[in-house]
Amino acid sequence: MFKHFEPNKIFVITSRAPKYILFLFIVVLTIGLVEALILSPEDYKQSDAVRIMYVHVPAAWISLGTFSSLALLSVVSFVFKNKNFALISKSLAPAGFIFNIVALVTGSIWGKPTWGTWWAWDARITSMLILALFYGMYLLAWRIYQDKEQVIKITSMIAILGAINIPIIKYSVDWWNTLHQPPSISILSDNSIHVSMLIPLGIMTAAFALFSLLIFLMKYNTELIKIKNKGLDRL
Amino acid sequence: MIDKIILMNGYGVYVWSAFSFTLISFVTLYFVTKLQLSKEQKKFVTKFGSLNVEKANVAKLQNINREILSNTFKI
Repeated sequence: MFKHFEPNKIFVITSRAPKYILFLFIVVLTIGLVEALILSPEDYKQSDAVRIMYVHVPAAWISLGTFSSLALLSVVSFVFKNKNFALISKSLAPAGFIFNIVALVTGSIWGKPTWGTWWAWDARITSMLILALFYGMYLLAWRIYQDKEQVIKITSMIAILGAINIPIIKYSVDWWNTLHQPPSISILSDNSIHVSMLIPLGIMTAAFALFSLLIFLMKYNTELIKIKNKGLDRL
Repeated sequence: MIDKIILMNGYGVYVWSAFSFTLISFVTLYFVTKLQLSKEQKKFVTKFGSLNVEKANVAKLQNINREILSNTFKI
């Protein structure tokens, strides 16, 4: 099954896809921005401050999803000794890290008008900060260690350890008394968010997901070309 | 209408700074990643150009090498 994911086979797709994804991202983001900033209604409690949700929530979702994928791929790479999966994890991390930072900063900006403070050491915010530290350690490890085997082991360990934090982030608002509100969107139960806000949120999430995919593909292509550069040296 | 979009009932400074930070982060990440990709592509083309005919033909046997050469400077 892993043969289908061999770089030599998928490079034809990964090298050509970015320009189409960039175009699609710009279209979806434009629609999302118009919906989020102009067409969506203001909240009866938070007024227009609620619009920050359209960048904060998708960024948080994607940073969590990316780290979960990164941890899963690290396990697969570790168990099956497949270096391509390590390469995919490495390429996913930069976008995940930026989304994590965006979630923290926009959350802080949203906190000022709604809670009256830029920062609080509450469970959700602190656990998101810890996730950013894990992302930082993961990316740093790839820069520091030169030995391929060693770096794959270390980054896999960081990703697997960091994954313990994912359910803590998810359930922190249920387990502890936090300033952060409980989730408004749930797959298993009814949403407490109106459809007029759910649509722009969905569009912005799609735009952010496309951007994440775009950065991943560009980064993955960079890593593959780096390997091929070394290959040319050996000829 | 324009005033309402800019001021947003007094929350404009928060909303616009959150959206601006997000978009600036995206643009920065995109250009940094693009720069790294272009650098590696240029390095590949330079190395490929310095190969002798025999080695270049061997390298060209791999689809991925041909693809890198055909895609260079297009992204």
